[in-house]
Amino acid sequence: MSEQVGGEYPRTPLLEVAELTVHHGQLCAVDQVSLSVRAGEVLAVIGANGAGKSTLLRTIAGLHRPTAGSISFEGDNISKLATHRRVRRGISLVPEGRRLFVSLTVEENIKVGAQSAGPGPFNLKAMYELFPWMPERRHQKVGQLSGGEQQAVAIARALVANPKVLLIDEVSLGLAPIVIERIYEFIPRIVDQGVGVLLVEQDVTQALAVATRVHCLLEGKTSLVGVPTELTPAAIEAAYFGSDVAHGAAEGPTS
Amino acid sequence: MIWVNTVIEGVLVGSFYALFACGLSLMFGVMKIINLAHGDMAVVAGYTAIFLVPKFHLAPVWSFVVVVPIFALFGYVLQRTLLQKAIDRDPFTTLLVTFGLSVIIENLLLEIYTANGQSIDIGVLISKSWQVSSTLTISYFSLVVMAVAVAVLLSLQLFLSRTGTGRQIRAVSDDREAAQLCGTNYRHIFGIASAIAFATVALAGIAYGISTEFFPSSGGANLLFAFEAVVIGGIGSLWGTLLGGVLLGVSQQLGAHFSPAYQVLGGNILFLAVLAVRPQGLFGKRTEM
Amino acid sequence: MKKVRNLDHGADSLVTVRRSRINPLYTLIGAVVLSGLLTWAPWFLPAADVSILQNFFILVIMATMWNLLAGYAGMVSIGQQGFIGLGAYAVLYFAIKGVNPFVAIPLAIIVCAIIALPVTYLLLRLRGGYFSVATWVVANTAMLLILSFTLLGGGTGAALPGLVNLSPDQLNHDRYLSTWFVALVVVVATYLLLRSRLGLVLSSVRDNEVASRSSGTKVTSTRRLIFIVAAAGCGAAGAVLAISQPFIQPGNEFSLSWTAQMLFVSMIGGLGTIEGPILGSIIFFALQQWLQNWGAWYLIIFGAVAVSIAIWQPRGLWGIVRDKFHFELLPVGYRVNDATREPVPRKSDGPSWRSRFARKKDGPESVAT
Ligand SMILES: Nc1ncnc2c1ncn2[C@@H]1O[C@H](COP(=O)(O)OP(=O)(O)OP(=O)(O)O)[C@@H](O)[C@H]1O
Ligand SMILES: [Mg+2]
Repeated sequence: MSEQVGGEYPRTPLLEVAELTVHHGQLCAVDQVSLSVRAGEVLAVIGANGAGKSTLLRTIAGLHRPTAGSISFEGDNISKLATHRRVRRGISLVPEGRRLFVSLTVEENIKVGAQSAGPGPFNLKAMYELFPWMPERRHQKVGQLSGGEQQAVAIARALVANPKVLLIDEVSLGLAPIVIERIYEFIPRIVDQGVGVLLVEQDVTQALAVATRVHCLLEGKTSLVGVPTELTPAAIEAAYFGSDVAHGAAEGPTS
Repeated sequence: MIWVNTVIEGVLVGSFYALFACGLSLMFGVMKIINLAHGDMAVVAGYTAIFLVPKFHLAPVWSFVVVVPIFALFGYVLQRTLLQKAIDRDPFTTLLVTFGLSVIIENLLLEIYTANGQSIDIGVLISKSWQVSSTLTISYFSLVVMAVAVAVLLSLQLFLSRTGTGRQIRAVSDDREAAQLCGTNYRHIFGIASAIAFATVALAGIAYGISTEFFPSSGGANLLFAFEAVVIGGIGSLWGTLLGGVLLGVSQQLGAHFSPAYQVLGGNILFLAVLAVRPQGLFGKRTEM
Repeated sequence: MKKVRNLDHGADSLVTVRRSRINPLYTLIGAVVLSGLLTWAPWFLPAADVSILQNFFILVIMATMWNLLAGYAGMVSIGQQGFIGLGAYAVLYFAIKGVNPFVAIPLAIIVCAIIALPVTYLLLRLRGGYFSVATWVVANTAMLLILSFTLLGGGTGAALPGLVNLSPDQLNHDRYLSTWFVALVVVVATYLLLRSRLGLVLSSVRDNEVASRSSGTKVTSTRRLIFIVAAAGCGAAGAVLAISQPFIQPGNEFSLSWTAQMLFVSMIGGLGTIEGPILGSIIFFALQQWLQNWGAWYLIIFGAVAVSIAIWQPRGLWGIVRDKFHFELLPVGYRVNDATREPVPRKSDGPSWRSRFARKKDGPESVAT
C-alpha cells in the first residue's frame, strides 16, 4: 500500500476495511477487499458498471451485511452496528441516485440529516454559505430543483451530520460536465476540515484529479491500488477492464 | 329538508370514520402496510374501557385517559416485535400476519367475553341532544366525536409538519433507507407511528363503544369503513381521510334513506366507483399505488 | 444456460434441474388407489366420519384455490368468501327455479367465473394490501346484494329445495360423492394448470413482480385467469357447501371465517405447493376434532401457529419436508437443485443488476417446459 498522508492529520486510519466480502444472494459482489481512509484524504474507488463499488460503500454504511471480513472505525469493529448508529459515530453516505426525501423541502431534507449530528463545523448555516443559492430556495420541495442542485442538497444532508468519513457514491451521475465540475470544487473544502472522503466515481479522470489514492475494483476484487501520479493510463485501463480487455471494451472509461 | 338532514348525519358519522381511519392511513403512509387488525384493535379498546377502566375507579367518560396511553404503548411494542418481524420479510407476510392477528383477537374476545353485545355506559350524557328542527336532532355526543376527530387530525398534521420527529416520520415514509443514512432509526420511527395509530384507534373504539353496542366481531366492519374512508380520500393525505370519511358517511346515509338495508351498500358503491374512476383517491398521488 | 455458482456445494458447478426423486408411476398408482378408497368410503365408513371427510374436502377445495391465488400468483385475497357465497346462492337460485341441485353445481361454477371477470378489471389494478381489502369490499357488496333478494330468503336465508325426494342415506351418499369429485377435479385441474406454461409465468410473477410486470400483458392476463379460476373454485366450494347444508344463510355462506380457514390452512401446509393445502387441511381437521369441546380455541391456536409459520417458516410444513428430503408427490415443475428460490446468474460481463431479470429467462429455470 502506498503511504501518502494529508499533512497534519494522524497517520492512523479512521476507517479500516479488511478482507470484506459481500454477497447478494449467491452473487459475490465484493470479494476480499481491504482499504483504509485517513482523516483529510480522498480515496477514490473506481471500476466498471457492476464492479461492486456501490455495494462496498453501502456495506460500510451498514445497509448490507458482509459475509466475511471486518469494518473498523477509529479502532472499533463496527461490522455489526446498525446504519443509523454508524452515522452517529461519524460515517455518512451520499447514496447513488441522491435519494432525497421528495415530499420534504430543501431545508427539511438538511434538517433530517442534522437531527442526529455530532459536534463539528457543518450545520445548516454553514451549508447555506457553502451553497449560496440555497437560502432563498429553502422552502421549495426538492423535486423542483435541478439535478445538480439536488446533488448539492444530498451532499449537504450528509455533511450536516458532521461525519469524520464521508462516503460519496457517483455524484456525477446524470449531471452535465460543468455541473460536475462545480460539485467537485467542494470536495477539497470538505477535506480541509479534516474529513476523510471515500469517493466512488466512474469518471476516471475526475477521480484521479481529486484523489489522494486510487483503489480499482474489478468484478468485486481489488485490481489496483496506487497514487494517481504514479499510475500509468495503461495500468489503470488493465485494472478497470481486467487483463482480458476485449470483453469490456464496449464500455470504456469516460476519460 | 330531508336531504339536509341526511347530509348532516352523514357528516357526523363520517368524521367518526375519519377518526377511525387516520391511524390506518398513517400506518400505511409510513410503513406501507395495511393493518388488517386495525378494526379489531378498536374493539379491544372498547373491551379495555369496559373491563379494565373500572379498576381505576374512573368514570367511563374518562376511560380514554387510561386506554389511550396503554394503546400507544401496545402499538409501539407490537410494532417493534411482531409487525417489524413481518415487515422484515415482505409485504405479503405482513398482510398474512395482520389478518391472522385479526382472527385471533376476534376469537379470543369471543372466548373470554362471549358473543354478547357490550357498550360503554356514560349515563345521561349520551342522551343529551340538540333539537335543531322538528325533523333533526343532533346528539351532543356525536358533535363531541366530530370535534375530537377534527382536533386529532389537526394535531397530527401539526405534529408531522412542525416537529423533528414528525419530519423524521415523513422522511422515513419517503425513503426508509435514506432516512437511515441520515441517522434515523427507522424501526423506532415505525414504533412511534404505530403508537400514534393505536392511540387514535383507541379513541375511535371508545367513541364507538359509547355510541353503539359492539361485539367481538365488530372489528371487521370497522376496518372496512376505515379503509373505505382512506381510499376514497386518498392514501397519505390526512385531510383527504377526513373528506373520505365524510363522503362515506353521506353516501351511507343516502343509501339508508332508500332502505336501511342499503346503508353499507351505499358506502361500498361509492368506494368501488372511486376505485374504478380514480384509484389513487380524491387527494392521493398516483405513485402511492 | 448460465453458470451459477452454488454456494452450498462450494465449487463452481452447474445447477442441476430435475423433478422429484419418487418415480411418478408410484405416485400415480398411489393416487389412483387412494381415489378409489375415497370413492368407496361412504360404503364402509360410519356416517359421522363421512361427513367429516366431506367437510374436509370442502376445505381442501378452498385452500387449494387460495393457495393458487396467494401462493402462486401473489394475490392475497381476503374476499374469497364472496365467491363461496355466490356459489351457494347460485345453487339455491337454480334449485328454486327447478334445476336439480346437483346439476346446479357446475352451473354455479360458471356463474362465479362469469361474475369474476368484470371484477378483475376493478381489482387487478390494485396491489398488495389495497387489493386485499378491496376483495373484501367486493365480497361484502355481493352479500349485501344477495340480502336484498327476497326470493333468496333475504337476511334469514332459505332451505334448499329439490333434495326432499331422496332418502337420507341416498342424500348423504350423493352429497359426499359430489363433494369428493369436485375436490378431485379442483386439485387435479390446479395441478395440470400449474404444470402448464402458465405455471412458469406464475413462478416468475411470484419471484419478482416488478420484473415480470415489465414483461407486460401476459402477466396481467395470467393473473386475471388465476383470479377467475380461483373464483370458480371457491364457487364450487360454495356450491357443495350449499347442498351439504339444510339451510342457506348469508351470514354463514359469506362468512369471513372461510377465508380465515383457507388462509391458515395453506399457510401452515405450505404456500406455493400443491400438497401444502392438503396437509394443512388434515392438520386443521385433526386439531378441530381434538379441541372440539373448546369452542373457538382451535381457530385461535391454528391462527397463532399460522402467524408464527408466516414469520419464521414461510415455506410451511410441506416446504420443510420438501427441502429436507427433496421429495415431492405432485411436482409441478422442475426444481433447481439448489434450495434457494432465485438463482442469480454470476455476473461476468458487467451489466448492472437490473438486467439480471432479463438474463434469468435463459437461466436454469426455463428448462421447466
Ligand atoms: N440489491 C441487489 N440484489 C442483487 N444483486 C445486486 C444488488 N445490488 C447490486 N447487485 C449486484 O452486485 C453487483 C455489484 O453491484 P454494484 O451496484 O455494487 O456495482 P457498481 O460498481 O456500483 O455499479 P454501477 O457503476 O452500475 O453503480 C452487480 O453485479 C449487481 O448485479
Ligand atoms: Mg453503483
